[in-house]
Amino acid sequence: MSPLLEVNRLLVRRGPRLVLDIEHLALDAGEALAVIGPNGAGKSTLLLVLSRLLRPDRGTIHFREAPLAALSDLDYRRRIALVLQDPLLIDASVYENVALGLRFRHAPKKEIAPRVDEWLGKFGIAQLRHRPSRELSGGEAQRVSLARAMALEPDLLLLDEPFGALDAPTRLRLLQDFHSLLASTATATLFVTHDLDEALLLGDSVAVILNGRLRQHGTPQQVFASPADEEVGAFVGMETVIEGRVSASQNGEVAVEAGGAMLYSVGDAAVGQRVLLCLRPEDITLWPSSESPRSSARNRIVGRVQRRYPQGPLLRVVLDCGFPVTALVTHASADELELEPGQAIAATFKASAVHVVLK
Amino acid sequence: MGLLIETLREALELLFGPDGEVWQITSLSLQVSGLATGISLLIGLPLGSWLALGRIPGQRILLSLINTGMALPPVVVGLLVSLLLWRSGPLGGLRLIYTPAAIIVAQTVIAAPVVTGLTAAALQQLDPRLRLQLLGLGASNLQMVLALWREARLPILAALMAGFGSVISEVGASMMVGGNIRHQTRVLTTAIVLETGKGAFGRAIALGLLLLVLAFLVNLALTWIQQRAARR
Repeated sequence: MSPLLEVNRLLVRRGPRLVLDIEHLALDAGEALAVIGPNGAGKSTLLLVLSRLLRPDRGTIHFREAPLAALSDLDYRRRIALVLQDPLLIDASVYENVALGLRFRHAPKKEIAPRVDEWLGKFGIAQLRHRPSRELSGGEAQRVSLARAMALEPDLLLLDEPFGALDAPTRLRLLQDFHSLLASTATATLFVTHDLDEALLLGDSVAVILNGRLRQHGTPQQVFASPADEEVGAFVGMETVIEGRVSASQNGEVAVEAGGAMLYSVGDAAVGQRVLLCLRPEDITLWPSSESPRSSARNRIVGRVQRRYPQGPLLRVVLDCGFPVTALVTHASADELELEPGQAIAATFKASAVHVVLK
Repeated sequence: MGLLIETLREALELLFGPDGEVWQITSLSLQVSGLATGISLLIGLPLGSWLALGRIPGQRILLSLINTGMALPPVVVGLLVSLLLWRSGPLGGLRLIYTPAAIIVAQTVIAAPVVTGLTAAALQQLDPRLRLQLLGLGASNLQMVLALWREARLPILAALMAGFGSVISEVGASMMVGGNIRHQTRVLTTAIVLETGKGAFGRAIALGLLLLVLAFLVNLALTWIQQRAARR
């Protein structure tokens, strides 16, 4: 199947400064691609280029196999929808805001009202229909902004950190609702964020952009568990990502069955919920597999050393425990533990070191 | 004190008496300044939008020129328009000098920079990302500009009020290009100058009151529209 959107040899400069240099990036129909990177990495520039609001200095973009140049800016933009970080609502009612893009597209009047009401309902804001946009809270306004884009039922949804300006509880609720809506509509989505939780929750795939260059593109597990290089590793931080299902949850502790092991983390999740458990390499302690020391660490798993490679004064050690686990140790510890590929080794980590992402 | 009371009595008699000339002058003032403001809006709204939103080389210089134009002295405008419309001037063939049309031309030259400059300022105050957002939702350039005008409707109406205010109250240009000809080009401001010069203070005060009421009523109407838009 050919991709919905394909970018080749894209180059954007601002004066002498390179802003974006992407050799190849593709997005399939129905896929949600998270473009992650620190502030100033070029993520938003990519979104502007893909919205045809910024002309690249070089490169080709294909949309549904046809070169983008074959479509006028307006024709293309009427097949996509863009959502920016701030809601940027017009000074009118919620209804008028959600109807805005449909009116731009000259949708028949009798189709506008039911479509707007449908999406107000899906985003849980039907009761705000007549409220002026200036009277909305930040979370409500962003729901309106997303409903405004989704009501267009676009071929491609482009989002620029739409949850970035929200407080944590509001953000989490909206993220979960939006995740369900994306899954139910299978809308192809490219969203940029510097928040790894968002990328893990919403993204079917993840692309990492650092200093304007696409450094890695793959599934979240691939990117987080096997960073392409040191810089990507330093950015993603959590290199061990384990997929599992909650088997028990009580007293603020969650038990997750993952790859044949039972792992514990601090948090709250429903039994049966699919989750990703994320770990930083510096939070993992290695032991000889024969030892089972008493400690406060709730998690102990056994695996074999898959590979080891130096990272400055430390060694990065990847274990195969049924799933890859990455730890950082000193050279002295590695010598003492005689860490060599194939050797059995135990890894322990505290429940509080495990970051749970609900899927 | 006696003079003041006497002139006020005379002014009220003129306003409510059978003298039709006062009302003819008022009507002409309203028509001339209303038309000049309307034409200024037709020029200033698109021009101001272009200056605020377009990618134009020398944009700052153009905006500075427009802003300077907002402070154009009416007598200088009167002089320039007189030179253009004078019988032997470049547009003399149109035979507009000393006609209401000449006053409309001069007042348009005064009001258009006001409407243009304030429209540009109103649009520049909007979040620049709103343009990107509107285009990203599928707006054509025209739809985008119309949506931005709607967003800036309050300051744009204020620009209109400022434009009207600048012409209904000016006297220099109207006097120079209109000639203050009785029953033809005499407007409220030029009539006040004439009557004051003649020492007919009662008549001058009556005309002054009418000018104030006229300015108040027009601005009341525009403010009502503006505040209605604000509540929406």
